[in-house]
Amino acid sequence: MGVIVEAENKSSSILEEAPAWDASEFPDWYREMQESAWEAARALPLPRAKNEPWRFANLKQVAAVGDYVAAPPVDEETARELVARSRMLDTSEHRGKLVFANETLVHDERPDEDGGLICASLAEAVTTHGQRLQEYFMTQEATLGSEKFALLHKSRTRSGLFLYVPAGMELTLPIEVYHYVAGHCASIFPHTLIVTGENAKVTVVDYYQSASEDEAGLSCGVVDLVAGQGSQIRYVACQNLSTRSANIHISSTLASADADVKSLQLQLGSAWSRTESVSHLSGKGANSDMLSVAVPAAGQEVDQRTLQHHAEAHTTSDLLYKNALSDRSRSVFAGLIMVDEGAHYTDAYQTCRNLLLSDDAEANAMPGLEINADQVKCSHGSTSGPITDEEIFYFKARGIPAETAKQLITFGFTAEVLAKLEQPAIEALLSRLVEAKFEKLA
Amino acid sequence: MSAEASTAIDIDRSVGDFSYPEQHTFDAGTGLTPQTIDYISDVKKEADWIRKFRHRALKVFQEKPMPTHWATKDLENIDFDKIRYYLSRGQQPTRSWEDVPDDMKETFERLGIPEQERKFLAGVEAQFDSEAAYSNVKESLEKQGVIFVNSTEGLREHPELFRKWFGKVIPTGDNKFSALNSAVFSGGSFIYVPPGVKVSHPLQAYFRINAENFGQFERTLIIADEGSEVMYMEGCTAPKFETSTLHSAVVELVAMPHAKIQYVTVQNWSANVFNLVTKRGMAHENAEIRWIDCNIGSRLTMKYPGVVMKGRKARGEVISIALANDGQHQDTGAKMIHAADETTSNIVSKSISVGQGRATYRGQVHIPKHLKGCKNNTECDALLINPKSKTDTYPAITVRGNQHATQHEASVSQVSEDQIFYMKQRGLSEAEAMSLSVNGFVNDLVREFPMEYSVELKRLIDLEMEGSVG
Repeated sequence: MGVIVEAENKSSSILEEAPAWDASEFPDWYREMQESAWEAARALPLPRAKNEPWRFANLKQVAAVGDYVAAPPVDEETARELVARSRMLDTSEHRGKLVFANETLVHDERPDEDGGLICASLAEAVTTHGQRLQEYFMTQEATLGSEKFALLHKSRTRSGLFLYVPAGMELTLPIEVYHYVAGHCASIFPHTLIVTGENAKVTVVDYYQSASEDEAGLSCGVVDLVAGQGSQIRYVACQNLSTRSANIHISSTLASADADVKSLQLQLGSAWSRTESVSHLSGKGANSDMLSVAVPAAGQEVDQRTLQHHAEAHTTSDLLYKNALSDRSRSVFAGLIMVDEGAHYTDAYQTCRNLLLSDDAEANAMPGLEINADQVKCSHGSTSGPITDEEIFYFKARGIPAETAKQLITFGFTAEVLAKLEQPAIEALLSRLVEAKFEKLA
Repeated sequence: MSAEASTAIDIDRSVGDFSYPEQHTFDAGTGLTPQTIDYISDVKKEADWIRKFRHRALKVFQEKPMPTHWATKDLENIDFDKIRYYLSRGQQPTRSWEDVPDDMKETFERLGIPEQERKFLAGVEAQFDSEAAYSNVKESLEKQGVIFVNSTEGLREHPELFRKWFGKVIPTGDNKFSALNSAVFSGGSFIYVPPGVKVSHPLQAYFRINAENFGQFERTLIIADEGSEVMYMEGCTAPKFETSTLHSAVVELVAMPHAKIQYVTVQNWSANVFNLVTKRGMAHENAEIRWIDCNIGSRLTMKYPGVVMKGRKARGEVISIALANDGQHQDTGAKMIHAADETTSNIVSKSISVGQGRATYRGQVHIPKHLKGCKNNTECDALLINPKSKTDTYPAITVRGNQHATQHEASVSQVSEDQIFYMKQRGLSEAEAMSLSVNGFVNDLVREFPMEYSVELKRLIDLEMEGSVG
């Protein structure tokens, strides 16, 4: 690949050096906001072991965030190559495609902005849709431990998608957004903001990838889904960074009355991935499904924190996180269902299942509930265990060898989650990606 | 059930709500300094190593911060400088109720202890503030070598038995409150059951706080030697004073190979007691430790009985019932540390939140690497009675390796209108129906308690539920 930067120089660490704001690039309000976010980020300490949101977390990986530097621009050849690689869904299966390489838009294919639709890169939106953007930009505070990283993101982000779907508009095919990080120790801060008006419908897929499998990169992304009344959002974050990389992904869902949001995280790459996902159910009839599949292997670690916050009565949420752990991999799941006073008739479920495929794998689960209202139906369940002998026996009795049986069982284990998205084309794509990772393992 | 805010609930702790004037010969005063500790050690005429142990513990206590980064901020309302750490009349516990001072005797008579002893207990110890007033064990057991004494006597008379395990299951620095207990402990039971002896009737300890602003810090150590069996029961009450009271016990259990210990607690402290207790057992090969725990009283209880399964095929179990009423926070749970192959643990926790009460389950299950065939099952069910009732669940489960199985399940529910309607159709009042439903919810756990206790428990639950409907 084209770019290689010597990055061992601590002084240019993203935790130490102020971002280089280009006064000509963005309007004043944006730059000022980023400057104050930088001050605020600097003022916060890095997470420590005693911080409850970082219980069981790998703090070495947290500290290593300071090893990353600002990403340099990519050269044209690299950009072309990355665009050529960005073909997850067929052209007939998507409605738009944006490709960012080190936060620069290098491919731009999107629906026309008719009838009030805004579909713009963040940089463009800051200039042309400033007012609309400000209304929603980073209004959901990070609360699950990554406050510092969210502020860091806010101080540096200049790429990603701003999508505003006006009332009644339905975009049936997904919009794909590729975020590449290129260069050794480079960092990107991709942003996704989706706002839907009444009864609008939209699907978006984010891909987080490395330009080279040999480089260690950092992606520190923030995703905010703001679902208006009766609207529908389907969102997928597909993380397949190089196995030396780090991923921090902070996402929130705000569901108004009768809104229905399904979001799915697929974790394939990176050495360490910390995801924080919050759903706020703020109107009667709101629903949020939170789904995740992770298949860590070798020494990979996934660290998942979730919150299902029911602020209003008659709201529902359903969380299903599945981790299939090979080799020396490790998972941490900490989930909380919080039901506010007065949020009666809440239906909330939370399930975390860890499939331990190796004797060196480790699974930590902290499924939590905080219920401050009655007339609720809440439950959580968490299981950790291996594939049982009975399951293998079932297959062997039908002439399928044990090894194949294990693969089938593991694949079936993850397939259940992918199917819940109810998006056949995306489901098929994600299945292929999971399968490809399993094949690499076998 | 109605969604109306509940009317204030009358908490019936009348049985335990009385006190006698204080007549203490020994009083360590208020506040905690090294002099307090020397005072306690002097009164008890303790060996030097115990005095040193206490002083070290005081340092640890002072250095450790309050665990408020995860626990409730209510802990900050404890003023350690206003607490009285040692109160006693200095006398040895008597073996006959005749010799117990009248006011103490009356206290325990009113609580029904001597009567229970006659009926079904193998041994009783009754602690009044800092020291035991009465301690007796059936002669037949004594002949078999069963030792049942208070902590002072245990350390003085049987150091060869107790020193080996004292402070080993729960080290001083385990948490701030175990350190506090290690510094100022007094009272509690030291029990030794020799190999093969099966104590058929329960041993009972009864803890009573009589003085205002007093902190009770009993220390219990039970050792069940190879193949022996014992059941221990404790009960607690205190009168309702204006200011809050602190109870901070340390209970250590050691089950040698093939031994079985059951530890039953019915905690009914008055609603101004901070009840911060550390309880842990160590189970050797094929041994079994069961904590059967019921928390009805106190202002704040923080108690997570644990079992360290150290030997192959050891078993650990926690059965827990918590009832949180207005002004109460029952923060209970369990801790299961698997440290050997084929160890199994089971946690069943049921909580009921009434009025504005808050019930919390906090759990930890740890299955480390390179072990085989460990199993854990955790079930937590919470029942919410009123619209402002609260419940939380915070388990933490760590599993390493692919030769174990854990499962955790929790649910939150309320008594369904259908159930109540069904019973009302058959002529029960709403209150009766509610009480029946709640008792049904905990019934399978209540049965784990000894008969006499389960009857009492049902009565207590009924009392707590009274007036909570409507």
